[in-house]
Amino acid sequence: MATATETALTGAPAPVRETRSDRIVMICNYTALGLFTLAVLYPLVYVVSASLSDPKNVVSGKVWLWPVGFSLEAFKAIFDYDSIVSGFGNSVIYAIGGALIATALTLLAAYPLSRRGLPGKGIIMALFVFTMMFSGGLIPTYLVVDRLGLLNTRWAIILPGALAVWNMIITRTFFQSTIPEELAEAAKVDGCTDFGFFWRIVLPLSKPIIAVNLLFYAVAQWNSWFSALIYLTNEHLFPLQMVLRQILIQNNFDPSQVRDTAELIRMKELQEQLKYSLIVIAIIPPLLIYPFVQKHFVKGAMVGSLKG
Amino acid sequence: MTTDTLVRRTPAHSAARPTKQALGLGARMRRHWQLYVMLALPLIWLAIFAYWPMYGAIIAFKDYNVVDGIFGSRWVGFKHFERFVESYQFWRLMKNTLILHVYELFATFWLPILLALGLNMARRRWYRRSVQLITYAPHFISTVVVVGLIVVIVDPNTGVLNQFLGLFGIGPIDVLNNPDYFRHLYVWSSAWQTMGFSAIIYLAALTSVSPELHEAAIVDGASRLRRIWHVDLPAIRPVAVILLILNIGSIMSAGFEKVLLLQNTLNLQTSEVIDTYVYKLGFASQVPQFSYAAAIGLFRSVIGLVLLVLANTIARRFAKSSLW
Repeated sequence: MATATETALTGAPAPVRETRSDRIVMICNYTALGLFTLAVLYPLVYVVSASLSDPKNVVSGKVWLWPVGFSLEAFKAIFDYDSIVSGFGNSVIYAIGGALIATALTLLAAYPLSRRGLPGKGIIMALFVFTMMFSGGLIPTYLVVDRLGLLNTRWAIILPGALAVWNMIITRTFFQSTIPEELAEAAKVDGCTDFGFFWRIVLPLSKPIIAVNLLFYAVAQWNSWFSALIYLTNEHLFPLQMVLRQILIQNNFDPSQVRDTAELIRMKELQEQLKYSLIVIAIIPPLLIYPFVQKHFVKGAMVGSLKG
Repeated sequence: MTTDTLVRRTPAHSAARPTKQALGLGARMRRHWQLYVMLALPLIWLAIFAYWPMYGAIIAFKDYNVVDGIFGSRWVGFKHFERFVESYQFWRLMKNTLILHVYELFATFWLPILLALGLNMARRRWYRRSVQLITYAPHFISTVVVVGLIVVIVDPNTGVLNQFLGLFGIGPIDVLNNPDYFRHLYVWSSAWQTMGFSAIIYLAALTSVSPELHEAAIVDGASRLRRIWHVDLPAIRPVAVILLILNIGSIMSAGFEKVLLLQNTLNLQTSEVIDTYVYKLGFASQVPQFSYAAAIGLFRSVIGLVLLVLANTIARRFAKSSLW
């Protein structure tokens, strides 16, 4: 009987009999972890439930855990709101375009810098790392983007933050640990150029790190809004996050964006609940990607901790 | 037989050697010219979007106007810096920035460590897995949505927080518009968002601890808490020190986007920090004051760099681990 409870508590039979105080610590630990998890989970569950409830019950505060009076009205309404739809489309463009460009730049920088004995490697590396610690600042960067004529173009969203030095360092460490220098030397002896080696050997061997980069940059781009705030004034180019900011935080709900009037009346009632369903819609794409990236991020974080 | 192999081997060796080591710098560079070609695009990007703005930061020492551009505008020395330090805004901004981020550092630094220790101790796989999966998730939610979440939850009329407080006859409290609550709102929502993800790196350090250490400690009769203290904590110390240094380095700038989103005219008293002030001078005022704003931004960057170097030096001396 005693052994049964012990196994139930600790999962595996303990090598040495646990003392009572140890068991108490263990129970406290499981409880604390559970509470931690509930605290993280609750806001998310609440928002999902509110978005699925009847609008009346949301406004009167009857929803606190499970949906009260099931309704999908708020979700239907979202798809009739023009700027949300266009924002969604723009965000997809920024996420895909940004991820491709940024990943290409990252790989092109990381690979040469991973090769031993490249003259000037130290200096170039230092040039990259220094930008992690010091930057020109918001205003000078804005003036550069202005000077290049990128204001109010999609490039202003994609280019200025294209390369994340931290990712470049992680990618470089990946190359250093998976592509042995001898392999490059051997290929060279066999008459393979550096381009050929990079294209035919390094890239096929680096699929995991390429995937991590693509996903990381895509999520970052999907979640970003500040560059749109300063570089864009044309609302047709706004990413989803900017539209969310207007509706969720600034409470700028523009009824003229809704196409027909019957819809409009319904919308007014829905307005409060719309926020909940919007949050749910905005959270979904990154969370769909998240299980795929999670384990790679763990690896990335570990690699990063081993001082590049 | 042996001499034969030796003789045959030596020429190959001496032929391979000079190409590797005795080549001059120019020859080695020519040999790798294709690698430099690959580096060209990233370096051009770096020059345009990282180093050109650094050069552009000299407008902090000029009176920038659009017609003359960065290069042509008149030099004014430290005029803008003096104006900022003497302005009535200065101490308020410094105080708000420091309090907010030091509070954040103290409140959120130990949470991921606790979580990682707890996860490492838990033996049930499914329990560990689900706790990890759920606590990491908020990391992938955007700042705008997190603030949107805060807004709907603390809404004085419909939010669940005030419904709950109402049960005890408290409130409704208008949390968003009250300067007293701004810092707590900012810091604890950050804890909610980052705690799980930051625990990853500590968990990685903990799983690399050799199980023999724990077994030896068990044989010596060490309790669970003693093992955490003597085995687990020393294992995560180097990582903790490095993260602490990085956090101190970003103490003047972290979290600016969320501050801006949570800010409104009613909570400005505590929510105005250096970065939001720079943003307003440059983009949200009728007459943009680019030079003045750039000077304040530069002032902030330099302090951040100094803090980073300082923290690193201290860590290297006392904790024996450092960034460089």
